[in-house]
Amino acid sequence: MLQDKDRIFTNLYGIQDPFLKGAQARGDWDNTKAILDKGPEWIIDQMKASGLRGRGGAGFSTGMKWSFMPKEVGERPHYLVVNADEGEPGTCKDRDIMRHDPHKLVEGCLIASYAIRAHTCYIYIRGEFYREAEALQRAIDEAYASGLIGKNACGSGWDFDLFIHRGMGAYVCGEETALINSIEGKKGQPRLKPPFPAGVGVFGCPTTVNNVESIAVAPTILRRGADWFAGLGRPNNTGTKLFCISGHVNKPCNVEEEMGIPLKELIEKHCGGVRGGWDNLLAIIPGGSSVPMLPKSICDDVLMDFDSLRAVQSGLGTAAVIVMDKSTDLVRAITRLAKFYMHESCGQCTPCREGSGWMWRVMERMSQGRASVEEIDMLFDVSKQIEGHTICALGDAAAWPIQGLIRHFRPQIEERLGRRAQAAE
Amino acid sequence: MSSHYPDPNVPQPETFAFTPEVMEQAKVFIAKYPAGRQRSAVMPLLDLAQRQDGWLSRAAMDYIAGLLGMPPIKVYEVATFYTMYRLRPVGKHHVQLCTNISCWLRGSDDVKRAAEEVFGIGFGQSNDEATLEEVECAGACVNAPVAQIGDDYYEDLTYDNAKALFQALKDGKPVQVGSQIGRQTSCPEGGPTTLKGDA
Repeated sequence: MLQDKDRIFTNLYGIQDPFLKGAQARGDWDNTKAILDKGPEWIIDQMKASGLRGRGGAGFSTGMKWSFMPKEVGERPHYLVVNADEGEPGTCKDRDIMRHDPHKLVEGCLIASYAIRAHTCYIYIRGEFYREAEALQRAIDEAYASGLIGKNACGSGWDFDLFIHRGMGAYVCGEETALINSIEGKKGQPRLKPPFPAGVGVFGCPTTVNNVESIAVAPTILRRGADWFAGLGRPNNTGTKLFCISGHVNKPCNVEEEMGIPLKELIEKHCGGVRGGWDNLLAIIPGGSSVPMLPKSICDDVLMDFDSLRAVQSGLGTAAVIVMDKSTDLVRAITRLAKFYMHESCGQCTPCREGSGWMWRVMERMSQGRASVEEIDMLFDVSKQIEGHTICALGDAAAWPIQGLIRHFRPQIEERLGRRAQAAE
Repeated sequence: MSSHYPDPNVPQPETFAFTPEVMEQAKVFIAKYPAGRQRSAVMPLLDLAQRQDGWLSRAAMDYIAGLLGMPPIKVYEVATFYTMYRLRPVGKHHVQLCTNISCWLRGSDDVKRAAEEVFGIGFGQSNDEATLEEVECAGACVNAPVAQIGDDYYEDLTYDNAKALFQALKDGKPVQVGSQIGRQTSCPEGGPTTLKGDA
């Protein structure tokens, strides 16, 4: 188990003072100037060496992403945009960073912006998180008042402005180009890539978009050293991670653990186990609603990291672990997710706009037993036609939970539909 | 898709204007964006208008279009795309219940039943006391089930404590924001398994 001394978010639960005094006591803003003085190249090299992979779901190397920004600032200024549009069902980690440890994020914004040569950063926070935005704004105001950000931030000679932009209830804005459109005052519909944001992002300028957790861990990594972070977890899956465990466990919670922790250990150590014991487990969605579910047989020994979960045809996603015990109607559960994706489709691409609704209607009938067994194959086939045929990953996300259900629990669906057929006879 | 539209049966006010104080706040938002990019402020300004009136009227959208130099249709597009803009008036308490997977697994159906019993309305309905709405994931999943009422979250709900909460709101009595079972935010119930040295 990860030791407390290696935890980054030491005020995860908000037991201590979240604001400047408390944050400084926890080590935030400790000689930030010394980090900045080492220069953007050094910062990016360290981030690459740490092995940090983006914590928003895709798992792309954060240092690599920063290195894609132009090395010289031309006519167009650079921007950092922080994605705090946390809305993936099961996920509530960034919320705790913003309300309980906001200075980790603010300091990370300064360092990351400096590394990509941006003088301005926008944090895009989902609209429902009003209190969290208040807490974060208070931290930003404190940082300005103390000279930590603003003109000549931390005495580094670098001018840095940090603003919050609140969303207003659109899951799709968690997609980086939809988020950029939203900051520009438009509907949050994703853009075609290329051009990638590093070339043409917000206001047509080079932009890097990172998740809250990726940015908030950066100052600690740079302070304690890339080797320290890389020494935690497993190769290519380094460091610590905030896990959100919800659903049928005795004690749902957020917790920071080492990457690669066995799923069973995560649940038994921190959540008081599965409701009714491990043997009462039916299935787990290991990385937020968009990744395929896993049956108990895989959960028994799977490790919680990007590569291990990919190897079992699922994913770490946002590390939001949704636990379902044997009392769960899995068809009903996935039907609820299908409804979610239908609701959140932005309507731009036909396969997603029409397909997400079509899949929900079929799932709704299946959950009531009003479908034929042949429709299972048709549903799988249609989900494959949505996957990969849309501008953004929302189409994939709508397809995967259904594919996961059919892959692992087809007999249960057939049984339900069969019972209906028998009853009709 | 979830685009939503004004109710043609709801009378629309003729005019709208920010109060002087709200106008000051609006200027702060506009100043966050680069020169010539004031259109970016359309979302926060629509929110300010909604907070001033309780909902967003057509007149408010037109007013903001004028203020930011945008075609009104571009403002309508934004207001109908984002679900937190309320295009019709809501009751005194805007009760939004999450029914997505983590909340559903832990009993959001019971919370819904409690709300229906106390307020006498179902999802999508309003009366003078409350507007009851089903919402997608509120992002507080380890404290499920969750209700958002106004700007605050109410967490760890059960049928009983939700009923007591809704009744207290209805009766105008004080209520406790956050966990309804006395939990420390997202910490495991009964105490942390980590960070115990500093606690």
